Amino acid sequence: MKFGVVVFPGSNCDRDMMHVLGNVMGQEVVSIFHKETSLDGFTHRDCIILPGGFSYGDYLRTGAIARFSPVMSAVIDFANNGGRVFGICNGFQILCEAGLLPGALLRNNNMKYVCKNIYLKTQTRESLLTQSMKPGTVLKVPIAHGDGRYYADAATLQQLKDNDQVIFRYCDAAGNITDEANPNGSLENIAGICNEGRNVYGMMPHPERASEEDLGNTDGRLIFQSLIESVLSTELEPRKAISSY
Amino acid sequence: MSSDASLVPTTVETAQQLGLRPEEFDQIKKILGRVPNFTELSIYSVMWSEHCSYKNSIKWLKTLPRKGKHLLVEAGEENAGLIDLGDGLACAFKIESHNHPSALEPYQGAATGVGGIHRDIFTMGARPIAALNSLRFGDLENDRTKYLLKGVVKGIGDYGNAFGVPTVAGEVYFDPVYQTNPLVNAMSVGIVKVNETVSATSHGAGNPVFIVGSATGKDGIHGAAFASKDITKDSVNDLPAVQVGDPFQEKLLLEATLEVIKTGAVVGMQDMGAAGITCSTSEMSAKGKAGMKVWLDKVPTRQPNMKAWEILLSESQERMLIVVKKGMEAEVKAVFDKWDLHCTQIGEVTDGGIIEYYMGSELVGKIPAESLVLGGGAPVYDREFREPAYYASGKGFDMNYMQEPEDLKQVAENLIQSLNICSKKWVYEQYDSMVGIPNMSTNNPTDAAIIRIEDTNKALAVTVDCNARYVYADPFVGAQIAVAEAARNIVCSGGEPSGVTNCLNFGNPYNPEVYWQFVNAIKGMGKACEALGTPVTGGNVSFYNQSTDGGAVYPTPTIGMVGILENKYATMSLNFKNDGDKIYLIGENRDDISSSQYLIQNFEVQNSPAPYFDIDEELALHKAIKALIKSNLINSAHDVSEGGIFVTLIESAMAGGRGFNIESDPNVRKDAFLFGESQSRVIVTVPADRENAFINLMMKQDSEFAVLGDVKGTQVIIDGQKWGTVNSWKERYDNALESYLVAAEAEV
Repeated sequence: MKFGVVVFPGSNCDRDMMHVLGNVMGQEVVSIFHKETSLDGFTHRDCIILPGGFSYGDYLRTGAIARFSPVMSAVIDFANNGGRVFGICNGFQILCEAGLLPGALLRNNNMKYVCKNIYLKTQTRESLLTQSMKPGTVLKVPIAHGDGRYYADAATLQQLKDNDQVIFRYCDAAGNITDEANPNGSLENIAGICNEGRNVYGMMPHPERASEEDLGNTDGRLIFQSLIESVLSTELEPRKAISSY
Repeated sequence: MSSDASLVPTTVETAQQLGLRPEEFDQIKKILGRVPNFTELSIYSVMWSEHCSYKNSIKWLKTLPRKGKHLLVEAGEENAGLIDLGDGLACAFKIESHNHPSALEPYQGAATGVGGIHRDIFTMGARPIAALNSLRFGDLENDRTKYLLKGVVKGIGDYGNAFGVPTVAGEVYFDPVYQTNPLVNAMSVGIVKVNETVSATSHGAGNPVFIVGSATGKDGIHGAAFASKDITKDSVNDLPAVQVGDPFQEKLLLEATLEVIKTGAVVGMQDMGAAGITCSTSEMSAKGKAGMKVWLDKVPTRQPNMKAWEILLSESQERMLIVVKKGMEAEVKAVFDKWDLHCTQIGEVTDGGIIEYYMGSELVGKIPAESLVLGGGAPVYDREFREPAYYASGKGFDMNYMQEPEDLKQVAENLIQSLNICSKKWVYEQYDSMVGIPNMSTNNPTDAAIIRIEDTNKALAVTVDCNARYVYADPFVGAQIAVAEAARNIVCSGGEPSGVTNCLNFGNPYNPEVYWQFVNAIKGMGKACEALGTPVTGGNVSFYNQSTDGGAVYPTPTIGMVGILENKYATMSLNFKNDGDKIYLIGENRDDISSSQYLIQNFEVQNSPAPYFDIDEELALHKAIKALIKSNLINSAHDVSEGGIFVTLIESAMAGGRGFNIESDPNVRKDAFLFGESQSRVIVTVPADRENAFINLMMKQDSEFAVLGDVKGTQVIIDGQKWGTVNSWKERYDNALESYLVAAEAEV
């Protein structure tokens, strides 16, 4: 299995993601420049990552231009064929703009950019990102965004809930999902979701910023660990024990 | 010459309108052997402005220590200083002001300040990995101050966040002296391989000269000259002198620049900041002792029909000038094509040191490069200075006339909520402090931000510091304190102070009392830098922070300092760790409330001396703290600064979520013990089982030390009195600034 990290010209978390996947998690990882038009080297055993940043400056609407970039047609085809795609922050915004994930990310309710540690609660185990964690696990992971308020219309929201597509909700340190713990006004504290086919994932918080002892926080590693194990398990390799931190 | 008005010989009146002095006009005529035309005069006006020439400061700047064991590049040699980190790596760092633009247009002024300082770093081939800033505003009750604060913070955030470099540390102060003239100082820190640095030079006749990055527009024309004037009511007419920033273009320029260096095609490179094409062409030529032909009509422009002088003086952002090895043009173009950036040849290097600017076939300006630059033909002035009256009156301050308040807890509550002490969370949470994942202080709070260096075991400790009230009180002592506090922060975080960049914000240098502040601050800074072994590698001078109504700002020589940690795991944090840890003070308490926030807030005394400071005591303190960290005898270290011991203790308590129980020092007045800002003191905590070893070590040190109490529970207890829970203090501390601004929003 290998990871491909898409580099839009304004991506700025691409190097962080490559470092964590490659050096910390020990995975094969390659960068994919936004002018690429095909993902021929990637199969259903691999995973495409859309990292954080400001894809094309995002002066219009976050991700609005990125969805039209050459590489995104390839990513859309890849996803529609069942390939695994994971967008973080700007990557999540782009996946929503591209129609690969339902809903949209709006300007934070206080109209300000915010960067700080927040807490997340896993909502399901039926996901590539959380399959190795008990439902209700609380993770400390930072956010850094101006447009992170998840929104979907009532019918879409109902569908998300009926299909168990909500992966993370914002919570407090004790795991309570409250208004005070919602950093941006997201609908029902939603911080991360997947598509109906459960192969496309998006989350606003940055697990790659919480994956090393150096940085004093390794909670984010549980998400990558889960992702890697879920892919490996579909390769019919013996399932490895889940290490604890 | 032709009928173009800009080519007609000029007069002394025009020279004065452009900000030149009559004697400077005479000097230009002498250099050229003729009367300059308007284009040439414009070139001299910006290159000889204070901002580019340092004509009123260079004499004193040269007295600062410029050599040090860690230095690869001395001050003024390159765009920024360079510190040797070992392992073939170096750290490039610099601080710069963007005060004048921010006073008029806070959002763009601050944003382009951030963009400009990052360009200074990556034009040397270094990838910026951390940003810092130092901000000063007026009275926050004032609506314009709120507008400035919000605009500046959003400008810094939007630019830095999108560019993708974390803002890791900073300071924000409020004082009415900054009402008309806010200060916005931005610092960038980058890492470069020693053999991949690029110099801002030009040589090799026939080598092509390229402009890369954004197109050139009419924004920012005469920005450098504008920054060299007092701010008046008419300054708003200078609005086109404020540049507009585009962090996305800067991100592309960063990646393309670092990539083009690897082609080996680059002879020299300089970013375009103040005075745009004029400054980069002349400084690079002067440095390489070469000349240049520049075809201005080839420059990609944003609007048609720009005049030669407009193209020359434009301060449009996100541009670079690159001198390329002849024959390697294709390699360079390929890189900029990849990043979708302009890359256009606009000139070529010549022999002889003369720069010729052409518009089509017409020669519009012909100037010896050397005559334009600092260290060459730019004027150097010796300004007169005079001790101001307030200085002597401050010396007469006697704290015995200040009666100690009865309710010190109330005093403490007010102090913790004062804008100069309370949490700046409202500000720094708008900055991405983590992108690039180098910031080790996010989950492990430290006095100086700890920035790990990729692929090594090392880290940098970085900080910006200046208590301008101390400098105003006594420029010689106050500037020493600014340097000492920066170094103290680095030492308390486990680092070795290595180098300084300074941002010297002062009033009008033609005012002898302002110049007295400048001269004495430089002397103090030089003394402290010498003693601490931290040479000044570069920086900038911002004069004219002065308005017709409000007078000069406090002299504010902001110190940006970089320290090295050979082992990034040997970091010392400031938060209380365990119940039962002993709290010790290293350093000596004094009956001293001079220039403290407490004195200003409770007694409204504006004139008093700087707090007690002695450089030898400071050095002894650093030696002791380093020994304690090395011997693994302390669990936390936090330096005593604004708000005194009380605020230091509360900050460590809040960060650790733990209370404390202490006794005050019977040898000093209790208010001075709690809130005095006498210097060279650090609060440390010692694990109970290491207390004997701690005492043994400290007995061999020259620093005083005394036990204050211990870390305990959730309460704050002072001399047996319960002062409430740490959480209640945290609530006050965290919400003070925000409540100010949110209340204001609710009113609108």
